[in-house]
Amino acid sequence: MTLDTLEVGATARVERVRGGRAIVQRLQEMGMTTGVMVKVIRVAPLGDPLEVELRGYRLSLRKDEAAAVEVSAL
Amino acid sequence: MGETHAPRRLALVGNPNCGKTTLFNALTGLRQKVGNYPGVTVEKKEGRFTVGEREIVVIDLPGVYSLSARSLDERITRDVVLGRQTDTEPPEAILAIADASNLERNLYLVTQAMELGRPVWLALNMMDVAEAKGLTFDLDRLAQALGVPVIPIVANKGVGVEALRQTLAGPLPPLPVRRWRLPQVIEAEVGALAEQLRADHRVADAAAEGEAIRLLLNDVTEDDTPPPPNIQAAVTAARERLEGMGIEWWAAEAEGRYGWIQTVCQSAIGRPATFQRTTSDRIDAVVTHRLWGPVLFAGLMLFVFQSIFTWAQAPMDAIGWAVEQLAAVTRKVLPPGEFNDLAVDGVLAGVGAVMTFLPQILILTFFIALLEDTGYMARAAFIMDRLMRRVGLSGKAFIPLLSSFACAIPGITATRTIENAKDRLVTILIAPLMSCSARLPVYALMIGAFFPAEQRLWGVFSTAGVMLFAMYALGVIAAVAVGWLFKRTLIRGASPPLIMELPPYRIPSPRTVLLTMFSAAGQFLHRAGTVILAIAIVLWFLAAYPRQVALSRDYAAERAAVAEAVRQGTVTEADAAAQLQTLERLEKAERREKSFIGQAGKLIEPLIAPLGFNWKIGVGVLSAFAAREVFVGTLAIVYGVGDDEEAVSGRALHAALQADRHPDGRPVFSPLVAVSVMVFFVLAMQCMSTLAVARRETNSWRWPAVMFVYMTVLAYVGSLLVYQGGRWLGLGE
Repeated sequence: MTLDTLEVGATARVERVRGGRAIVQRLQEMGMTTGVMVKVIRVAPLGDPLEVELRGYRLSLRKDEAAAVEVSAL
Repeated sequence: MGETHAPRRLALVGNPNCGKTTLFNALTGLRQKVGNYPGVTVEKKEGRFTVGEREIVVIDLPGVYSLSARSLDERITRDVVLGRQTDTEPPEAILAIADASNLERNLYLVTQAMELGRPVWLALNMMDVAEAKGLTFDLDRLAQALGVPVIPIVANKGVGVEALRQTLAGPLPPLPVRRWRLPQVIEAEVGALAEQLRADHRVADAAAEGEAIRLLLNDVTEDDTPPPPNIQAAVTAARERLEGMGIEWWAAEAEGRYGWIQTVCQSAIGRPATFQRTTSDRIDAVVTHRLWGPVLFAGLMLFVFQSIFTWAQAPMDAIGWAVEQLAAVTRKVLPPGEFNDLAVDGVLAGVGAVMTFLPQILILTFFIALLEDTGYMARAAFIMDRLMRRVGLSGKAFIPLLSSFACAIPGITATRTIENAKDRLVTILIAPLMSCSARLPVYALMIGAFFPAEQRLWGVFSTAGVMLFAMYALGVIAAVAVGWLFKRTLIRGASPPLIMELPPYRIPSPRTVLLTMFSAAGQFLHRAGTVILAIAIVLWFLAAYPRQVALSRDYAAERAAVAEAVRQGTVTEADAAAQLQTLERLEKAERREKSFIGQAGKLIEPLIAPLGFNWKIGVGVLSAFAAREVFVGTLAIVYGVGDDEEAVSGRALHAALQADRHPDGRPVFSPLVAVSVMVFFVLAMQCMSTLAVARRETNSWRWPAVMFVYMTVLAYVGSLLVYQGGRWLGLGE
């Protein structure tokens, strides 16, 4: 399962970030590492990007990037 | 005492949105110096304060999330601290700042800063916000676990700032030690690489390990200062060994750092069982709502846009009036002659024209600083990203482009919020295509003279309104097309993904907003002012010289004759005044025709004839290269209707334009020519201030040159297509 497929309001655990190394590293630096809990807060009015919560703060990322984040539902 | 105590230099390092600028302002007040790091667009800011005898210099570095040096801001931050930035004396120590309410992510950067081989203090900011969130801190335990002194502050309220000043003036803390560990195999590779770096003297011994981690574990594809070949070879070999063991080295650093940070935070921070829904959430439920979000956004943008036009009008008129008064006084005080003309028509007119943009810039920077400081700016990007992506830009480009409808100068300044250098450059390059307020007088003249307001299109729309809308639309379409083209040619490279923090809403700090406003105004006046002054003088010279020309009539003699006639009583005073005015107008027009700029207009006539322009329009276009609105005044002069307001706004100029004929008797102007002129003005780069600001913001003459060339070519081709295409379609008359 990937982050972009989660419903708004759902919480999941990050398993792995796939994709290009530069993007993986940028997401990881922002705290998207294995084991962290992510909650989908909302989707932008035009359907993209997403707003998620992790490590106590809010992050916005596009669906393309969210699709590279493997998560497992709780 | 200055000899015994050289100022202590500190580098201020922190994430965006953690209150770094607020702390910098709180520490240093107005004792700030702003410049640019050479060759790049990154702002160089230094401020100072004194504690007793000790002077402390704070280098404010850009807000970054990491020191991997993947972006320009990150590289500059790293280079300054490591002493590799040649023009900047390296700091003795680092003042790291972190948002206490968002500590885990903030500490990521702090752990990297701790590996740069300098003593580190950690200022823990926004303690009030964190406590309101229900977080409790054991500061001693936090300092012990991290291995650096921790000072709690609330920067925007000044809480703890004095204690922080005292601490910073005291003894330096010991060098921090790296306490987090990588998996053992990677740790071994890091150790070996650090050894090699120490042997090569690439970095100070204490910073070698941190540098080894960065080089080995970061995929920095666009490093503009790559390490020497032997180091690069060692890095490649080490990565191959790790990959051979099935280790994803690129994921190791973040996993390692965050793993340790989590244990530190768990030991020193108490969290409530459940977080309450914050005010920020309640605001966001509306601001980024599917329906209300865009409505609010549109309303807000309309309000900002409108206020730039309306609120700025009164102060702009006031400045214009003041310049006029100053000109009138100067005219009287200085002895008549060329110096008088230069001061009034050159310097005051030129610099005065620039000064009138100041209110717009102040108002726009005010709104931008406000939107930025409250946290709305990130939401604007969040809402607009999908749309802007179609053009190849990110959501952050929207506000600068919108601002450019008022004036490209504040618009270009506003691109500073776009952290990606390429996106920012493309935005700067297309911003002047948005129809700014200076083009409006040109549109108004052409539409007023050739598209009567009562004329209707399909019975409903006024042709004049449609034409005006079409000009604005053309600018937008051209900007989209050019932006798309630049992204595929000159400024290639995929846009980086939008991975953006949405900071909680905050009450803006008046101090930060005001300082941002005044700093923008000061920079505008200084930089654009100096360039404009030089150009104003040159243009005045071109329009006023040569002085000794063969005139078609002896104006001085005719004036004397009128005066004589008044004395003899054959002409009334009123008639004489009118005659003198006409004579003056004619002489001005003839002198303008025979000046360098008039000659240039005639010289380029063959070049611009295919656009439907005669030499008079050519003179107008040439003079408008300093500032677009000059076009109207210049046409008034060359058509000899006088350049006072009445003549321009009234029907006199309209009539003169409509009556003008080519030597063969064809009318010079037609609706088609008017459209051709307007299209030229939509697309052409005719604003010296914009070029000066683009030079300032890109820190090179290359991009303003690109801007000037592409827009001028676009304008020529656009007008050519309109005029020739129109004639082919039979719209010539």
